[in-house]
Amino acid sequence: MRKRSLYNLFKVGGLLSMVVFLSSCSKMIVLDSKGPIGQEETFLIYISFALMLIVVIPVFVMAFWFAVRYRDTNEKATYKPKWAHSTKIEWVIWMVPIAIIVALSYLTWTRTYQLDPYKPIQSEAKTFHVEVVSMDWNWLFIYPEYHIATVNELVFPANTPLSFRLTSASVMTSFFIPQLGSQMYAMAGMQTRLNLMANEPGVYEGHNLEFSGKGYNTMHFEAIAKTPEEFKEWLEKAKKSPDTLSMAMFKKISEPNINYPETVYSSVVPGLFDHILSRFMGWMGTHKKMKMDMHMPLNHANDSTRHMNHKNMEDK
Amino acid sequence: MFGKLTLSAIPFNDHIIMGAVVSSTVLALVIMALITYYKKWSYLWHEWLTSLDHKKIGIMYIILALVMLLRGFSDAIMMRAQQAMALGANHGYLTPHHFDQIFSSHGTIMIIFVAMPFMIGLMNIVVPQQIGARDVAFPLMNSISFWLTVSGVGLMMISLGVGEFSNTGWTGIAPLFEKTYNPGVGVDYWMWAVQIAGIGSTLTGINFFVTIIKMRAPGMRLMKMPLFTWTALTTNVLMVLSFPVLTVALFLLTMDRYLGMHFFTNALGGNMMMWNNLFWMWGHPEVYIVILPAFGVFSEVVATFSKKALFGYKSLVYATAVIMFLSFTVWLHHFFTMGNTPDVNIFFGITTMLIAIPTGVKVYDWLFTMYRGRITFSTPMYWTMGFLTVFVIGGMTGVLMAIPPADFVVHNSLFLIAHFHNMLIPGALFGYFAGYSYWFPKAFGFKLNEKWGKRAFWGWLIGFLVAFMPLYVLGFMGMPRRLAHYDNPAWQPYLIVAAVGAFIILLGVMAQGMQLFVSIRDRKKNTDETGDAWEYGRTLEWMTSSPPADYNFAVIPKVEELDEFWDMKEKGTAYKRPEKYYDIYMPKNQPHGVVVGGLALAFGFAMVWYIWWLAIVSLVAIITTIILIGANDDTDYVIPAEDVKRIEDAHFEKVAAAMAQVNNQGKGGE
Repeated sequence: MRKRSLYNLFKVGGLLSMVVFLSSCSKMIVLDSKGPIGQEETFLIYISFALMLIVVIPVFVMAFWFAVRYRDTNEKATYKPKWAHSTKIEWVIWMVPIAIIVALSYLTWTRTYQLDPYKPIQSEAKTFHVEVVSMDWNWLFIYPEYHIATVNELVFPANTPLSFRLTSASVMTSFFIPQLGSQMYAMAGMQTRLNLMANEPGVYEGHNLEFSGKGYNTMHFEAIAKTPEEFKEWLEKAKKSPDTLSMAMFKKISEPNINYPETVYSSVVPGLFDHILSRFMGWMGTHKKMKMDMHMPLNHANDSTRHMNHKNMEDK
Repeated sequence: MFGKLTLSAIPFNDHIIMGAVVSSTVLALVIMALITYYKKWSYLWHEWLTSLDHKKIGIMYIILALVMLLRGFSDAIMMRAQQAMALGANHGYLTPHHFDQIFSSHGTIMIIFVAMPFMIGLMNIVVPQQIGARDVAFPLMNSISFWLTVSGVGLMMISLGVGEFSNTGWTGIAPLFEKTYNPGVGVDYWMWAVQIAGIGSTLTGINFFVTIIKMRAPGMRLMKMPLFTWTALTTNVLMVLSFPVLTVALFLLTMDRYLGMHFFTNALGGNMMMWNNLFWMWGHPEVYIVILPAFGVFSEVVATFSKKALFGYKSLVYATAVIMFLSFTVWLHHFFTMGNTPDVNIFFGITTMLIAIPTGVKVYDWLFTMYRGRITFSTPMYWTMGFLTVFVIGGMTGVLMAIPPADFVVHNSLFLIAHFHNMLIPGALFGYFAGYSYWFPKAFGFKLNEKWGKRAFWGWLIGFLVAFMPLYVLGFMGMPRRLAHYDNPAWQPYLIVAAVGAFIILLGVMAQGMQLFVSIRDRKKNTDETGDAWEYGRTLEWMTSSPPADYNFAVIPKVEELDEFWDMKEKGTAYKRPEKYYDIYMPKNQPHGVVVGGLALAFGFAMVWYIWWLAIVSLVAIITTIILIGANDDTDYVIPAEDVKRIEDAHFEKVAAAMAQVNNQGKGGE
């Protein structure tokens, strides 16, 4: 009687959780990626899960089967108290996981290069550059090619490779747009890079994922991918915005504050990003870095950027 | 006089904090009043606080862990309740600042003050008995380790009512924890609590490493050591090698915060990623420090209750050793997203995955131990079965996150939270609970109630699944960790389910309380007379009486087999009286542990509040006490051979009576 009701409970519970799970699939935005990077990463999640099930499913089956079969009340089952070794079994239980990990390692090897956040995305469209500055507790986006900037709202054309340079004006944060793929830390005095792309226009949410203090939970923004026409239109409008981002204005918005209203700045003081970057570089090796920054065009190949980062660390 | 400390440090107008402070103070006062009323202070001091007996220190460790588990669990319930409601216009009942302190103290408590003392407590009770020793190598150092842990706990508890706790998580977050961004005392409380307890853990590691290497009974070669002892050995290696890294990292942070240096700052050459590297060079081995002994418990439990030799003993030993080595080579997987080159990420990604191999082997070895066994499903076996089935899910998500590009989309989200709870709750905590019910009769002489034990198991298992599976989904929904408030309505249903799960776990916790109460009430009915409480004990600890005499073994056994006690029972050499007893020298109780712990607490508190005179006085006093230990020659006492004989005779009589009863029952049944 009791067993039966327990069984029913599991059945109902299982069905219920299936329904909830399936109905939520559409909301699992990480798995519903709208960009080539995110889609590749999602694929990796699926394939590695599938591979691992080879090891995991037998565990479930054997755990239940052995528990039932060899329970002490079952006198019919074989009992071999001294049987504790089998070379055959040992081979299988070492070799199968090894084979799976070898396969996964191969995937890791190839995909980590392929999905390196620093690697520019190949596309016919011209790369769109954004400089991201995380502040306490807002996001500043500078569009160096257009000399405009936005706060807490990222606007870019869809189907265009995005190349981000990231840094922080304060503590460490992690920049993430779940539906486009990879996140990347933003750190003061250091520059990191990230390349993403949106395959279709839309409004995607973006977050800070690294706890950064009091206003951390408000550090989200909208990442808006527009069609070329829409983007042009937006750009025209942005150029006419009455707000401009001067040094004084930057000082004001980078003061600790929560939920700074979304703002578009029609002009930006030149070299702001590099200024923020060098602000924290202090007296050690400053001139060296400044020189490198100045000599580095914005769309410079990523390798040398990373080389510079390493240099920075060595200098310190 | 009092440094930065003023009355305003006590948050009088925060009702939630004050409620917690008042209730824990009242509870402490009631306990102290009861002790005074029953005139037990002297007993407590002489028999427990100053005791150097590894069994008593072990019991105190576990009591400490259980008390802190309640505190850490209250934090968990508060966080789940907050996140279940804090959507949109509703900001929940906690301010962000309070919420931040709660997640920081939850992590710190659960790792440093629950997992560590629980694990070390089990090791204390079991390891010397399993290797046929009378105590650990350095009994007084053992007591000092314990009291340093208590002193860390003391700082944690004080931070609740005086000042504030850190808001930078249990891992510390550079550069957020620097003076510039965190001028308050919270980070200092965290830093000193972890530092003091960490030094205690280093000492424990040294102590048990030496104990296991040097004090095994004659004949017990390394490959004849029981698996729990093996896992304890590897854990101690990890402790000795990794805790100093934490000590240094925290010391550098101390330099930053107290002397204005720039190790982890933004400017002037500081590097925040250096903190991450140093912290996780300790932090990742730490995960294995708490989980390997749990694997040891599962190995013992599954063999005992399957009434069968452990399958693939050698495999298990090598797998454990491989995990030990690999655990030092994976720390960077905690920050794949810092912008390093693919080469670095690939290296650490693959080393991380490699750990899945020995771990998978272990799971299969345990399963094949059950194969062709005669499995009795007692409470410890329940925890083991729960572990085997749920842990592999966490293993899967762990390997998933070892693939750097996959990690890029789930790192720092609730998926990560679900993953490591999925490792640490079924992996470590279930193991400790299994060990707790498995060795409880050894420590106290009576068994725990089975019915309430199983209820507790179901509460924990179902609660765990309901609380953490939704977090995996939330991770895929892009929800960041550590949110005090959010605006996305799609997340709320899952957070409500997770909160329900936490309350189901609460039922499990309550069942554990009930289990303890019922078991103590019915202790006369469940006494263990033979010392072999589960009848099918395999290793040496089941050879002693329950609870064992101060000296554990009247005569140190000579070991021939892997499962020595099982073998003795088969050959009929178990329960044989030795021909002759000898005087036994045992370590005398010493107050130095309590004194050092108390002084360390004063030192930590003084440093937190800048009470420099007290810091200097207590530091000098600690050093003086330690020098005095060296000057003390009166460290042993003798148990004369006659006393040993008397104690042993009483034990053998009990065993004989119990055996006769079993035989009679057997006949009656036929």
